Amino acid sequence: MFNRKLAFSLPLLALMGAGAAHAETVSVFCASTEFELCTKAAAAWKEKTGNEAKINKMPALLDDAIPLYQQLLAAKSTDVDVLFLDVIWLGMFKNNLLDLSTVVPKADQDQHFASTLNAAKLDGKLVAMPAYMDVGLMFYRKDLLEKYGKPAPKTWEELTATAKEIQDKERADGKSDMWGYAWQAKSFEGLTCDALELISSSGGGTILSDDGKVTIDNPAAAGALTLAKSWIGTISPEGVLNYDEEASRAVFESGNAVFHRNWPYVWGTSQTTGSAVIDKVGMMPLPVGKAGEKSSGCLGPMYYGVSKFSTKPDIAANFVDFITGPDMQKMRAVDAAFNPSITALYTDPDVLKKIPFLKDNQQAFADSASRPSGYTGTSYNRVSQAFYRSVHDMLSGSKEVESSLKDLAARLEKLKESR
Amino acid sequence: MSAKLARREHRTAWLFLTPLVLVMLMVAVWPLGRTFFFSFTDAYLDDPTVYGMVGISNFIEVINDPAWWSAVRNTLTFAVISVAIETLLGLGIALLLNEAIPGRGLLRAAILVPWAIPVVVATKIWEWMLNDQFGVFNRILISLGLIDHGIAWTASSSLIMGVVIFIDVWMTTPFMVLLILAGLQTIPGEMMEAAEVDGIPAWKRFWSITLPLLKPAIGVAVLFRSLDAIRMFDLAYVLAASNQNVMTVSIYARDRLISFQELGVGSAASTWVFLLVALVAIILIGALRLDRSAGE
Repeated sequence: MFNRKLAFSLPLLALMGAGAAHAETVSVFCASTEFELCTKAAAAWKEKTGNEAKINKMPALLDDAIPLYQQLLAAKSTDVDVLFLDVIWLGMFKNNLLDLSTVVPKADQDQHFASTLNAAKLDGKLVAMPAYMDVGLMFYRKDLLEKYGKPAPKTWEELTATAKEIQDKERADGKSDMWGYAWQAKSFEGLTCDALELISSSGGGTILSDDGKVTIDNPAAAGALTLAKSWIGTISPEGVLNYDEEASRAVFESGNAVFHRNWPYVWGTSQTTGSAVIDKVGMMPLPVGKAGEKSSGCLGPMYYGVSKFSTKPDIAANFVDFITGPDMQKMRAVDAAFNPSITALYTDPDVLKKIPFLKDNQQAFADSASRPSGYTGTSYNRVSQAFYRSVHDMLSGSKEVESSLKDLAARLEKLKESR
Repeated sequence: MSAKLARREHRTAWLFLTPLVLVMLMVAVWPLGRTFFFSFTDAYLDDPTVYGMVGISNFIEVINDPAWWSAVRNTLTFAVISVAIETLLGLGIALLLNEAIPGRGLLRAAILVPWAIPVVVATKIWEWMLNDQFGVFNRILISLGLIDHGIAWTASSSLIMGVVIFIDVWMTTPFMVLLILAGLQTIPGEMMEAAEVDGIPAWKRFWSITLPLLKPAIGVAVLFRSLDAIRMFDLAYVLAASNQNVMTVSIYARDRLISFQELGVGSAASTWVFLLVALVAIILIGALRLDRSAGE
């Protein structure tokens, strides 16, 4: 115990200087869609410190990493040092994550959005550092909207009408594969986000209120979900019921959808070779249910944390500090349009050149809806699963919306408490 | 044989058995015992060292959960239909392959290909082939003029179970073929010849000679496949994550154990899965009289 404390208090700078003498290797988890960015960051880190970061690709469906992490952590494995974490996992893994509050310099911590950093402060520990912001955004084909003289829709109703009109006209024009709106309604965590955005932007709350009251059974929520149900098979292919982010992105980037709801990374991928919609894409905050409501993109900042069982905690923490720092976040933003979590980068000219909409996104972050992981804590997953399964049943038509919401509310009442 | 010699032989036998017994204890009995133990506790996955004993309340919680029963229904539907189709197809293909047709060796090797592909890979391949927008399956149907818009095979709640069964049949029929073919080849040729000489029609030869003699082989194949089908996890999970329409008992147990971190309830669910598999095994072994036919 004494030794560990001593190791933590060692100044990081001394380590960096000594790094070249005996290079260490830390093992890092990285999302499969960000593999190249991580490799680039690892190369830059090696140049700076002499240490190596071995990148491990995570499963394509991010939630499949949970059991992987759990096995590694339950076995107190020393094979992995740095974990890539979704905001909703922080509560689940907090006991196995290293407290970074003393190892990452205070000045580096304070560069980040305070709310995002605070979400990683649990039980008085800083369990992870923010890597980038994620928020649900609406992508659209600006060429098609111009062609038919349509403004970017402000409400979901407008989006429905515009999507339908353009889809029908394009189909009549011979593009028989055209759809109005591609989104995610597979029975998975992503559906919790998609549905939460619809409900929250219609004034239907965020499933649970902040103090833990079940609020999901209300007319605004029912209205939003009924509208979404009407999309299936009309402006959205029936396949969305089994689409995750990547499957729906494939439809949009092959030029077969007018609107597409996804995370900011699509701004980058839709402009690279292989995409059929280069220079034809616009991006905006999500529509609202009715005038006066807030656009409520689902908030999902991503983090890096250090495993408590790492044998090189200080070097791993140094890597986390580096990859979440301004240089690497700027690289992510410029290369792949990731939205930084560092305030200063929102006025950086290079970043703004790549993501001219960044100012709007900042508004989207401010208006965003958070999944109720704060109140539910360790019970979040079962609350979320009960929610997305129920919504999936409503959308696929096997359950009636109003009565299902009543059932769901009763079930959440039993599931919501954290232990 | 003297008593001393017999004792020595006994000792030698135990010596040879010891590694096997140790390995079995390590890989089967120990984890099973742990699961059984945890099913009586309220432990959570993030720290299994802290727990209290809660009796059988976890078992009761599982059987009071409607989701568990829908998982049982799904599992049994999947197992019965897929194993039935695989057995019939397997029997048919094995009979064909047993005939002296040219290129038989190559055919036998080729038919094993689906079985050699890992389940996750095969499922992903089928998922894309069945994709409603880009899938080759829909393309073919569209170009044949049968449909004018791609069918969302994996999205519709009524089709998805069919898709899971279809992929499983594609993947594991070769296994059935292999086992039944092995059984076919143990049937002596003279018996068939004698029947032919006696002028017994082909269907009768099949019904009264081939099938009874094949029964042990088919029985073992059906047993293996059924037990496999009841603990099926990968196919449904890769195709549809935790979609309730194809959620099997294994997926249910995994959800409780991993996603919800409820080590206690999850272990109880796993124990129920184990009991379900054991029950089906006992019923099948009894019904097919596998214990007796093996001794005959």
